[in-house]
Amino acid sequence: MTKKGILGKKVGMTQVFSENGELTPVTVIDVTPNVVLQKKTVENDGYEAIQVGFDDKRAVRSNKPEKGHAAKAKTNPKRFIKEIRDVELGDYNVADEVKADVFEAGDIVDVTGISKGHGYQGNIHKDGQSRGPETHGSRYHRRPGSLGSIINRVVKGMKLPGRMGNKTVTIQNLEIVKADTENNVLLVKGNVPGANKSLLVVRSAARGSQK
Amino acid sequence: MRQNSLIEKINADQLKSDVPDFRAGDTVRVHVKVVEGDRERIQLFTGVVIKRRGSGIQATYTVRKTSSGVGVERIFPLHSPRVDKIEVLRLGRVRRAKLYYLRELSGKSARIPATRRKR
Repeated sequence: MTKKGILGKKVGMTQVFSENGELTPVTVIDVTPNVVLQKKTVENDGYEAIQVGFDDKRAVRSNKPEKGHAAKAKTNPKRFIKEIRDVELGDYNVADEVKADVFEAGDIVDVTGISKGHGYQGNIHKDGQSRGPETHGSRYHRRPGSLGSIINRVVKGMKLPGRMGNKTVTIQNLEIVKADTENNVLLVKGNVPGANKSLLVVRSAARGSQK
Repeated sequence: MRQNSLIEKINADQLKSDVPDFRAGDTVRVHVKVVEGDRERIQLFTGVVIKRRGSGIQATYTVRKTSSGVGVERIFPLHSPRVDKIEVLRLGRVRRAKLYYLRELSGKSARIPATRRKR
């Protein structure tokens, strides 16, 4: 099945009324037209994909290879470049623009972004463990618990305190509420990973119901 | 917090311009569109506004009325397309923004004195 995809930037959340008056919480994603920078083909690269770029970078901020790569698509160097796989290659040419209208209202998508960083956190916040009693003589409050039997090492994957967030997260099966080519925005039902102004990849859903 | 101009643009299309000015304590008649099967009709809900909250597209108001001895409260989004019209029947003089104390009162003590507040 052919997929579609576009790159964007999280703007923030709001809510919209549907025709029957229901309020839907939506995330606004700014999808200023992406540019197809390169086509990857089976003969050349062993797989099929299009490489798209989003958000112009100043010339000072880009190096010669970046400028050369962008010049092939007759555009400016881009800040955010990703490949979208399993697309219908015939529909795209290098230097084409990918706009919000690749999706339409009702499409189901996956949104990938980098989650908010929370810094060094304990097990309770990071892994959702429960805390011990606060009083009644308890001396066990917010500790990670037992690390297992004595085998002179810690088992891999043990849930322990550490850095939380700032990881690539994909939220699957979100519904497109509106694709607005006039303002170049996508309205996606529900929340998406990351802080406002963070960069996102919106792809057709990998699994789940397809309309 | 300053709202993003892009979000403002999206919200602006949905905001109603014909919302009358009313506050907590005022008595209003809300014309609600109700769909019955394939027919649409207007249902009236008359009562005292006991709370207004939020701003912009998020704004809501709560209307309380007593229906056959039972208190009924409905929360409406201020800009809901399901609300056809809001009529302000009476302006009330109250000293609070949220009139939760009305829930404990009934009969004479639940009345709110009228005011000649300028619109």
